[in-house]
Amino acid sequence: MKRLLLFFFCILTLPVFAQEHPTEVSTTADTQVEATEEGKFNAGEMILHHVGDSHEWHFASIGESHITLPLPIIAYQPGKGLSVFSSSRFGHEFKDSYNGLKLEHEHLVAEDGSTVYDFSITKNVASMLISVALMILVFTSVASGYKKNHGRAPRGIQSFFEPIIIFVRDEVAKKAIGPKYAKYLPYLLTIFFFIWFNNLLGLLPGAANLTGNIAVTFLFAFITLLITTFSSNKYYWSHIFWTPGVPLWLRPIMIPVELIGVISKPFSLMVRLFANITAGHIIILSFISLIFIFNTVAISPLSLAFGLFISCLELLVAALQAYIFTLLTAMYIGGAVEEHDDHDYGIGGDDADAPAHVHAH
Amino acid sequence: MLTNPSFGLLFWQLTIFVILLIILRAFAWKPILASLREREESIEGALRQADQAKLEMQALKAGNEKLIAEARQERDRMLKEASEMSNQLIETAKQKATDEGARMIMQAREAIQNEKMAALAEVKNTAAQLSIDIAERILRRELSDSGAQKQLVTDYLQEVKLN
Repeated sequence: MKRLLLFFFCILTLPVFAQEHPTEVSTTADTQVEATEEGKFNAGEMILHHVGDSHEWHFASIGESHITLPLPIIAYQPGKGLSVFSSSRFGHEFKDSYNGLKLEHEHLVAEDGSTVYDFSITKNVASMLISVALMILVFTSVASGYKKNHGRAPRGIQSFFEPIIIFVRDEVAKKAIGPKYAKYLPYLLTIFFFIWFNNLLGLLPGAANLTGNIAVTFLFAFITLLITTFSSNKYYWSHIFWTPGVPLWLRPIMIPVELIGVISKPFSLMVRLFANITAGHIIILSFISLIFIFNTVAISPLSLAFGLFISCLELLVAALQAYIFTLLTAMYIGGAVEEHDDHDYGIGGDDADAPAHVHAH
Repeated sequence: MLTNPSFGLLFWQLTIFVILLIILRAFAWKPILASLREREESIEGALRQADQAKLEMQALKAGNEKLIAEARQERDRMLKEASEMSNQLIETAKQKATDEGARMIMQAREAIQNEKMAALAEVKNTAAQLSIDIAERILRRELSDSGAQKQLVTDYLQEVKLN
């Protein structure tokens, strides 16, 4: 753990050590400030570059040499069709253009201004592929453990994941969804482990910030919205369009409010995960940047201590956010499939319904 | 930049995630969850069986105790009967022995009495015979000597005594 974090710090600090050389040459304080203002080290840019997506996998820079893995660019242009090539064709720091295409701040655009659909295997996509391969490897081996140790106690990796799977099943799915949980359990388990694995992978040095990417969290939230909508029963919709327990004259007003609720639930899912993970990355990077902002190694113990603390916290957050995302997803699904007999009847103004009954008789 | 979802990533993520979901569902979640359910059911079944076995054991134990109690009662009853019977037997035997003894004593007495009677009769007969003999001899010899007569009588009497 400690060694891992040390490694993490070493790797993260490497590129910026390299950038120190020019500032060391200029000895006066004035030139140092000037150098910083010129953008020799821009913490904001560095951090945004680290938490954002990229068309190459940048591991480290030593001096002027960059250790990067070029990733495939897959571009579709309506007139020209599909073109696939390596991102190294764009040259050093993506300055060149290739095949009429160029990268502007990680945005693939055509030189003639026509529309380009960018299906590139970016750093995030590559990272996702790795995590997916890892997940398939891990969970098929867990599953094979059940075949091998049939009727016996779980062993090895199987015994590590079994309590977590049981936790998701019993504490999340069963409690939040109720008797119909079994149908949604594969999705909940997949989403839980996907988020957890990628949160942890994102903490590795040089790794992608996948679960802190809004596209990823958006898609999960969107799938949750689709599942909620398509598995909802009449109680769910009657609750939205004719909210029980609310005075009659308020009910039409409640319709837009409830409809906003339908959208805001997955929206909150999307933003929560994105903001938590990205914020964690930004904080760690900020603490490390302090060393280079103050341009002194004396600040490094402070950076190290805070960085270490936040990293430990991030390990917790990685699991916690996966749990929260899964739990809330399960709760939204549970709200949609629940068979309730007006259980919130009478909590609000129950008089609204009582006279209606009296009039009916 | 950060809050701008890119289209390519969305596309790849959807594709990859759906494939992941299908693969994991088929090759991981299904067998894992099935095994877990199976194991839980087997544990529950085993627990239920153990409970049942416990109940059966208790029932068996209660039955055994009842049997033992019954057996004990039976034994007590038998013992009591036996002792009663033996008492009765002893009593009867005693009675019988007493009766028999009494009867035998009676018989003995009777026999003694008879013997005595017979003896007396014989004595009487013998005495009579002797008397007759003596008288006969006395009469037959018609002894002149009274001394010799007396001597004779004494001899005869002595003879009788010896008998």
